[in-house]
Amino acid sequence: MEAAGEVLRSGSSQELHVLAVDDSYVDRKVIEKLLKISSCKVTAVESGARALQFLGLDGEKGALGFNGLKVNLIMTDYSMPGMTGYELLKKIKRSSAFREIPVVIMSSENILTRIDSCLEEGAEEFLVKPVKLSDVRRLMKDCIMRGETEVKEGRRVDKRKLEDDNRTSSLSSSSSTPSSSPSPPSSPPFGFDVATSELISSPPHSSKRAKLRDSD
Amino acid sequence: MNIVNQLQRQFLDYSTSLHREGFVDEQFTQLQKLQDENSPDFVVEVVSLFFEDCEKLINNMASALEQTQGVDFKQVDASVHQLKGSSSSIGAMRVRNACIAFRSFCEAQNRDGCLRCLQQVTHEYSLLKNKLQTLFRLEQQIIAAGGSIPGAD
Repeated sequence: MEAAGEVLRSGSSQELHVLAVDDSYVDRKVIEKLLKISSCKVTAVESGARALQFLGLDGEKGALGFNGLKVNLIMTDYSMPGMTGYELLKKIKRSSAFREIPVVIMSSENILTRIDSCLEEGAEEFLVKPVKLSDVRRLMKDCIMRGETEVKEGRRVDKRKLEDDNRTSSLSSSSSTPSSSPSPPSSPPFGFDVATSELISSPPHSSKRAKLRDSD
Repeated sequence: MNIVNQLQRQFLDYSTSLHREGFVDEQFTQLQKLQDENSPDFVVEVVSLFFEDCEKLINNMASALEQTQGVDFKQVDASVHQLKGSSSSIGAMRVRNACIAFRSFCEAQNRDGCLRCLQQVTHEYSLLKNKLQTLFRLEQQIIAAGGSIPGAD
């Protein structure tokens, strides 16, 4: 696993940088430890708003890109006051700068409709809490596989538009996981955003990062 | 049998009983496994956070349930939900189960039922606190006697 981890590019660092979002202090501490033990760099924040702030997506900062260290994975709790993990997921997936970052939802409640909507919005996985070391290890493997796929194929993978873009998918799917992750990822040509009917369309001519509205 | 072995045996027996009596479950064991030389006090720290959480949330529930003008059951439920979450995260099984029962009374907007549940949750919390403090004390004694905690590493 260590060797595979070195293949990953995370800027200059070889470690995955994970942004963990959870309003529970206890859970933040646990997830932080799980990730550190899995050789990740961790930034743990208490809310979706803070997460967006960290990413530089709160509209306050300029289009600076990543706030320091590039984020390779976002793990967020579902039920949080203010902005839920689902809302955070949507904002990230609707951001041209960050939509390619895999987002994992964690929830203590195993509700099928909830899982479905999260996956539909592009969540990488839905983990039922309490999160275990084996869950984190599997995620790391998936991220690494994904990373290698990206590197090989030379393009970004975007799982959001599965249904629409199946025709364009010549990508080998990251078939490693038998879990709830949907497979063939595909990239929209030229970064064009294919909006499905229920989604708000992204801002036109976004050469800059989309300025997202905070739902707070 | 020297003192370290005695203490270690005591520790193991106590640990086993905690599991057997349902005070903690597999998740607690997971946390213990995460403890390493980089974070030798990890379990104690997380558990302390949990106890702080418990106290805060129990107080919230108590005040919400005391409202004579009308109880905001959603508020009570929100606190119970949080407590359920964190107890689940550390493997505090009996506290967690007490929360599950609590939530159905919140849903039913049954104030008396909620008050009984609050009592139950408070009771389980103090039982657990006692038990874990004993466990941690045993650990400290083992280390002070120059031994290592069985199961660690």
